[in-house]
Amino acid sequence: MIKTADVVIIGGGISGCAIAYNLLKKGVKDVVVIEKAYLASGATGRCGAGIRQQWGTEMNCRISKLSSDFFENANEELDYDGDIEFKQGGYLIVSSTEKEHEQFKKNVTLQNSLGIQSKLLNLDEAREIVPFLNTEGLISATFHQKDGHLNPFHTTQAFANAAKRLGAHIYTYTEVMDIIVEGGRIVGVKTNKGDISTNIVVNAAGGYSQLIGNMVGLELPVFSERHQILVTEPVEPVLGPMVMSFSLNLYCQQVPHGSIIMGRGDEGEPRDLRITSGWHFLEEMTKTITKVLPPLKDVRLLRQWAGLYNMTPDRQPIYGPVDEVEGFYLAIGYSGHGFMFGPATGLLMAESILGEETTLPIDMLHLNRFKKGELIFEPSVV
Amino acid sequence: MDDNAIVCRCSDLTVKDVRNLIAKGFTTFDELKRISRIGMGPCQGRTCAQLVLRELSIATGKQISELKPGTYRPPVKGIKLGAICECSTGGEVHD
Repeated sequence: MIKTADVVIIGGGISGCAIAYNLLKKGVKDVVVIEKAYLASGATGRCGAGIRQQWGTEMNCRISKLSSDFFENANEELDYDGDIEFKQGGYLIVSSTEKEHEQFKKNVTLQNSLGIQSKLLNLDEAREIVPFLNTEGLISATFHQKDGHLNPFHTTQAFANAAKRLGAHIYTYTEVMDIIVEGGRIVGVKTNKGDISTNIVVNAAGGYSQLIGNMVGLELPVFSERHQILVTEPVEPVLGPMVMSFSLNLYCQQVPHGSIIMGRGDEGEPRDLRITSGWHFLEEMTKTITKVLPPLKDVRLLRQWAGLYNMTPDRQPIYGPVDEVEGFYLAIGYSGHGFMFGPATGLLMAESILGEETTLPIDMLHLNRFKKGELIFEPSVV
Repeated sequence: MDDNAIVCRCSDLTVKDVRNLIAKGFTTFDELKRISRIGMGPCQGRTCAQLVLRELSIATGKQISELKPGTYRPPVKGIKLGAICECSTGGEVHD
């Protein structure tokens, strides 16, 4: 393990690997990524891996568009010898209440103003995209063809490989035990495999970000919440887009190799770090999905698992430095959307760390927004 | 074993494929599973896991008993989504 680094990034998910790649690309020399298990072993590798630009706040739309544009050319840009498996089958998001339908109109207006070509559909138009959609109880839908799916393991690996070629030191199965602060400034990181002197630490620890925050004496305004998910056996291509509903609490997408992935949230989840599987989820998920997409009742469940959403009060990420500790940066609180934001996270955080003008105005996503009360709430989250 | 012998029938991987991935640095079952889908198919690792662990043991010099086989996740056997749904709403299940 090297003894001194310019930047130490905690977390080997999409965020950590993308930040490392961007820092090295901009000429930073010694960049370290510390991952307590293997790459993408946390939220990145456990997520539904959907990619969408259909958001309800301007920042979420802009971050996701920047990322999605990158994904379209990521195999080439990162010179990956595998395939990140980007499928742009679209997202069909359905509404089931008048309030939601009104929100959809606002969302589409916002998205269109930012160059995202989503459109509001009536139910007949929605059925043209998914013929077996049961529209009973539904009101309308929105659709955006460029949304879709990516393989989270290969995408993270592509960033990690590119970063390694530029000289990144990536330490897997290595755990950060403490962060050393002297006189309000970061001076080093202690791991179970040795210590590294550094003046810059990036917290990209996903579901464990609050624990990393505690190491420098910060109580971050985030909490982690278990979200469960299941995958079916692979079947013939039957479902082009992701089908999603906020009011019905579901998302469901067929991935390129044929399996169908689906998940939903549960408001009754305790706020802890469990990632075990539960039976209640299976009951609720199968009840919901067989009503909305009836033919799926004959598809077999293969496996279920869970991961952590790192939630913020406004469901937008926290980016940038903190006022309390010099050299401590945050790339946390994605509220379930950190994977799809990965490329933007990498670029914006690298710019922020190097004191460059950021491509998007991420000052709005600084930690101090919670103190100031300047929150813009994201309405469109499952 | 013959290079072209199939290790993973679900995702169609040969011994050679597995050895190449190990050589690239994927030296745990968890990492191999995620990068190649080995163990993610309908057999859920029942066919392939032991064969993969054997290859990992040879490559790393660790005993099989020291290697982690990955997390076994529910269910044990594939179940139709409709059957779970019927069961949860009090119906009888015939799958």
